[in-house]
Amino acid sequence: MYEVIAFYVFAALTIGMFSIVVMSKNALYAMSALAGGMIFISGFFFILDADFLGVVQITVYSGAIMALYAFGMMFFDTTRDVSEKMRSKKIAYTLSIASAVLLVVIFCAPFFSQKIEALYPVIENVGNVQMIGLVLFTKYLVPFELAAIMLLVAMIAGIVLASKKMDGEWEAIEDLEDAKEGR
Amino acid sequence: MITLTHYLVLAGLLFAIGLVGVMKRTNLLMLFFSTEILLNAVNIGFVAVSKYYGDLSGQLFAFFIIAVAASEVAVGLGLLILWYKRNGTVDLNSLQIMKG
Repeated sequence: MYEVIAFYVFAALTIGMFSIVVMSKNALYAMSALAGGMIFISGFFFILDADFLGVVQITVYSGAIMALYAFGMMFFDTTRDVSEKMRSKKIAYTLSIASAVLLVVIFCAPFFSQKIEALYPVIENVGNVQMIGLVLFTKYLVPFELAAIMLLVAMIAGIVLASKKMDGEWEAIEDLEDAKEGR
Repeated sequence: MITLTHYLVLAGLLFAIGLVGVMKRTNLLMLFFSTEILLNAVNIGFVAVSKYYGDLSGQLFAFFIIAVAASEVAVGLGLLILWYKRNGTVDLNSLQIMKG
């Protein structure tokens, strides 16, 4: 019973928050609503007995990614309203058709895949975090290491890209010359 | 009782909202927000399937999706800041510099 109430409350809150993200003209409102929506999504993870992912969702999404956005937005002019106009109705039609097809596919997917079996079944009497660790560090060890390298590359790329000169006269040619000189 | 279909419908709805954002937005920062919504919608679907079929693969895929999202934001925001320094705008139309 509590599960049902929690599901509908979180569903309404998440859909509302994400609608604000999509519809709002103010970038700051959109970012705050996105942070709220992320936290409500972690609620779903806790309902679904995925404790580890719920915590990761709060720390990584609401903590790291939204903080990154907040710092990034200091570079942009966020007080001005975002000006957007729909160019043609064709976009809207494409959009609605795509969404409808998507929803139908999602509705039908469980009925076509009744025969799927658990590859890594849930173990009894073992906590969620321990279970994730068991599978992650045996079957998914290589993807895990690759993800670590990918995060390292992304971190270096972010530092290099964001630490360019601030005078606005950045040129690709200058950068090439720098590269030739080995700087 | 909440079934798998409930969660999949919710994931579909959130995905549709993100899709609306991707098609509607012309500000690149707002476009990034919409892609985050798409990734989160998929994550809900994965974790729900993981729970209702008793399989851990879904949770692990959601975990890797979060890692990919984190690195995407780091690189994307770096590029966006660079573009803003050069052009003073993060509008999608400012990227159209090849006039045919």
